[in-house]
Amino acid sequence: MLRLAWLLPALPFAGFVALALLGRRLPRATATAVGVGSVGLAFAVAVAIGAAWLAAPPAGGAYVQHLWRWFDVAGFAPDVALFVDPLALVMCGVVTGVGFLIHVYATEYMRDEPGYARFFASMNLFVGSMLTLVLADDLLLLYLGWEGVGLCSYLLIGFWYRDAANGRAARKAFVVTRVGDTAFAIALFLIVRELGTLEIDEVLVRAAAQWPAGGTLAILVAALLLAGAAGKSAQAPLQVWLPDAMAGPTPVSALIHAATMVTAGVYLIARMNVLFALAPPVMTAVMIVGAATLLLGAFSALAQRDLKRVLAYSTISQIGYMFLALGVGAWSAAVFHLMTHAFFKALLFLGAGAVLLATHHEGDVLKLGGLRRRLPVTFWTFVIGGAALAGVPLVTAGFFSKDAILWEAWSRGGPVPWAVGLLGAFLTALYVSRVILLTFFGEQKHAAEPERGLRIQLPLVALAALSIGGGWVHGGFDRFLAGDAHGGEALFEVVAAVISLAGVGVAWLAWRRGLWARPDGALQRFWRSGWGFDAVYHTLFVRPYVWFARANARDVFDRGADAIAGLARGGNRLLVASQDGRVRTYVAGLALGAVVLLAIGVIFARPEPAGAETATEVRP
Amino acid sequence: MSLLWLVLLPVVGGLLALPLRDRGARWVALGALAAALALVCAVWSAGDGGRVADLSLAWLPQMGIRLHLALDGISFVLIVLTLVLGLLAVLASWTEIRERVGFFHFNLLWTLAGIVGVFLALDLFLFFFFWELMIVPMYLLIAIWGHENRTHASFKFFLFTQAGGLFLFVAILGLVFVHQQATGELTFDHDRLLDTPMSEGVAFWLMLGFFVAFAVKLPAFPLHTWLPDAHTEAPTAGSLVLAGLLLKTGAYGLLRFAIPLFPQASATFAPYAMALGVAGILYGAVLAFGQRDLKRLIAYTSVSHLGFVLLGLYAWNEMALQGVVLQMVAHGLATGGLFVLVGMLSERTHTRDLEKLGGIWDVAPRLGGAGMVLVMAALGLPGLGSFVAEMLILFGTFRVAPVMTALATLGLVCATIYALWIVQRTFHGENRGGWSFADLRAREAGVLAALIGALLWLGLYPQPVFDVARAALASLQGVVSGGHS
Repeated sequence: MLRLAWLLPALPFAGFVALALLGRRLPRATATAVGVGSVGLAFAVAVAIGAAWLAAPPAGGAYVQHLWRWFDVAGFAPDVALFVDPLALVMCGVVTGVGFLIHVYATEYMRDEPGYARFFASMNLFVGSMLTLVLADDLLLLYLGWEGVGLCSYLLIGFWYRDAANGRAARKAFVVTRVGDTAFAIALFLIVRELGTLEIDEVLVRAAAQWPAGGTLAILVAALLLAGAAGKSAQAPLQVWLPDAMAGPTPVSALIHAATMVTAGVYLIARMNVLFALAPPVMTAVMIVGAATLLLGAFSALAQRDLKRVLAYSTISQIGYMFLALGVGAWSAAVFHLMTHAFFKALLFLGAGAVLLATHHEGDVLKLGGLRRRLPVTFWTFVIGGAALAGVPLVTAGFFSKDAILWEAWSRGGPVPWAVGLLGAFLTALYVSRVILLTFFGEQKHAAEPERGLRIQLPLVALAALSIGGGWVHGGFDRFLAGDAHGGEALFEVVAAVISLAGVGVAWLAWRRGLWARPDGALQRFWRSGWGFDAVYHTLFVRPYVWFARANARDVFDRGADAIAGLARGGNRLLVASQDGRVRTYVAGLALGAVVLLAIGVIFARPEPAGAETATEVRP
Repeated sequence: MSLLWLVLLPVVGGLLALPLRDRGARWVALGALAAALALVCAVWSAGDGGRVADLSLAWLPQMGIRLHLALDGISFVLIVLTLVLGLLAVLASWTEIRERVGFFHFNLLWTLAGIVGVFLALDLFLFFFFWELMIVPMYLLIAIWGHENRTHASFKFFLFTQAGGLFLFVAILGLVFVHQQATGELTFDHDRLLDTPMSEGVAFWLMLGFFVAFAVKLPAFPLHTWLPDAHTEAPTAGSLVLAGLLLKTGAYGLLRFAIPLFPQASATFAPYAMALGVAGILYGAVLAFGQRDLKRLIAYTSVSHLGFVLLGLYAWNEMALQGVVLQMVAHGLATGGLFVLVGMLSERTHTRDLEKLGGIWDVAPRLGGAGMVLVMAALGLPGLGSFVAEMLILFGTFRVAPVMTALATLGLVCATIYALWIVQRTFHGENRGGWSFADLRAREAGVLAALIGALLWLGLYPQPVFDVARAALASLQGVVSGGHS
């Protein structure tokens, strides 16, 4: 069964090729069958492989499928090969499972789009690239998937390409993540130079053997990988692209910008955790990045008015939790939160999409309200997703995964990261309760159509079930992934539970008093703008770059060539003017020349050495 | 003799095409190039992977000048590229060129003959002969069939390359005389001129003469300023041949002559050459973003991409050099493809102005899709040939000059900026110009599909190119390290 692993990326890629080449000519039903079917089949393959794995795990805990040798130059020979292990299986399950549900949802959401086939082509390409990323046995192949998902993100953010603002958001996402990718690439150069291979397992083995813990090389490589991960996963200071990425269709936000692609950085660090362990200062940096981002995102989420932007900042913040966990060395807790987050955040986005469908794309929560009666399925599933995000105790998946992170933060990182996480948990409960209250409770301010059919509702219900049930597997998950299970302390669970319930309570009180609808203060505007990062980057990087490119569009070095040409032309004009055929001019020229020559002779004629005369005078 | 025929086939084809009109000339050109392509493949596959079909006839024996042609892996790869792009150039001009069709194809084929000759010649005089041969018909291609500013651009192209050629000629003569003084033998033969004993100072100045000539052609920053004009004003086939092939003769010259003939001087000079490469990568990419004319934009991307070639050449290790060979091929396909695409676009819209284009995806999704792939190749997306090439160059260079490599890597961000700008201003956005025209025709789609297919192949399985080039690169490296010891 494991031999079918190649089908995982191959199926969505095949779907992409079919849709890209034939898309416009295919009937809509066929396009749907190809686009959704390819991901559905990939999910089936993932389940089958997972079941086979659980029944009889292969020796060594990993299975490598060698497809072909990419190239072999000077002893550097990266393979196109797939590496299947529990971490890869979890990621494949999330990508294909959540991906399939979102594809189903999108068949209804994108129903009236002229670019229907183009949409599913890009989505399939994304799933294929993401599966390549998580299954890659070699960092170069991982990089291929990494850039591939970046491309799809760009294509899908800018899906409605006629609007220039969407194009801007798409380009911003691509360029900002590519800044991180550049660091990633340099890390690859270093690894190849020092270790001679990019095969992940081999890299980890050789690094552990050759690089001392805390050594410069390990720190440098880990730091560069962290920069790459921060770009893709929208962590400070490269988080700026994600809120704008909401310009894409909502299924895209759910799949790419919440559940899967943005967690690629978490996956990368988890995959390379042996190497990161060799670089304790970078581990601290991962923790600080995570802690800073989780607060920054949570405060910004609190001040947003647009439903999808709340969720975008929430995603930034939640990935901050995962980085926090990675930074304290609890990578299986990070991946567990990655999985539950994929469930409940995809659910929240799809719920938001259902709201947008009903309200003709009115996303401003202050203009919405009272939708719970009009959209009951959306409402209940959104509440479940929100409860999971807030970490409502005992019943939700988010509680278990966040609690695991908080416990690890305390036991491995000490009180400060734990306190930051706890503050974040309070804020999370606060902002998610705020949007639920503003959107679904109170009086209905905006007209809303009734809910769409099963293709919208089934994915919502399925994800809601996962958002609850997904947490109960915690112990088994840890054993599957890391070979050991560690539960939290009861006392800490109680504290976390109280904090998140307090957040819900405070949100409710504020809502009752109408505080959420009050005009913004300066602080809120600051938070809403994402802490002013955009303005700073605009001044520091974008404007000088654009200014220079525009100002120098005619290429200053070309002026040098022009100057030579101008000199030749000017000389020509001068000489032509001198040949006017009049004797007068020639005589005048002759005379002038003579004068000039004489003058030169007089001025530059070497006079008697002055020093000699003086010397004779002083001589007695 | 078959190597001589490789040069003669386009020459004869050009003469045959000269009196013909329209279809006749086009088919003769296709036939001549296809025959040459078949011939070079036959010659190569008959060999053993090393230097094959060495032809050496006396030409001007009094002067020590011989008709010395040889085909090794590097030459083979570049000649195949030349002939394939030549075929595509004929196809791409099918409807664009309507005046003096016979003379057009004569010039096209003679340029290609010159290029093939450059890639084959191992006698420096013969090399210089071919070097000049390819310039004149290229000049005519721009001056007669070019766009609005063709006169200015063609003059500039001619003068720049002639000035470079002058340096080359003086340096060749200098080398030959130095060799004669040292050994008493008057020869222009590459193989004999290797390891010419000379003082460090002489070697440095002669090397610089070669370098300047090739750097103009490459083009290396800051000698690149002829290129945007020439590429922009040339007809589609001209831009394709310029970007795809002519620039490669500069890289080839450095690889075959400048570095192996003067290994030590080149080693001394390497940091400066690499710095120029990095400057070209960044400067070209930034300036590309500032352009309004789509062809000019793409022309500047060539400055950036060929900067990688210069960087990799002077790193001079196997990884970087294999990257250089692949980059030459991939850049020829990707940038050539972009020029072909822009040709198809401006045949329909009669503009290349990015302020006027936009929203083309609405009108011609197939054109847009092909454009998207080619643009992604320009920004170095994995899965396409340029990625493997640039990564290998950077991997190889990093061993020698990590800081410069890191700076060059920033070029990937700059490339993203201009590449996405092309997409935004051409295919995306609103259809401001009210464009409405037919999508790609079968011939056009075929040309682009061939280019894209080749790029995908090079991106996913480039090994055949590496295998072909390996022995030739190893012998070049052997020559150079031999000179060191």
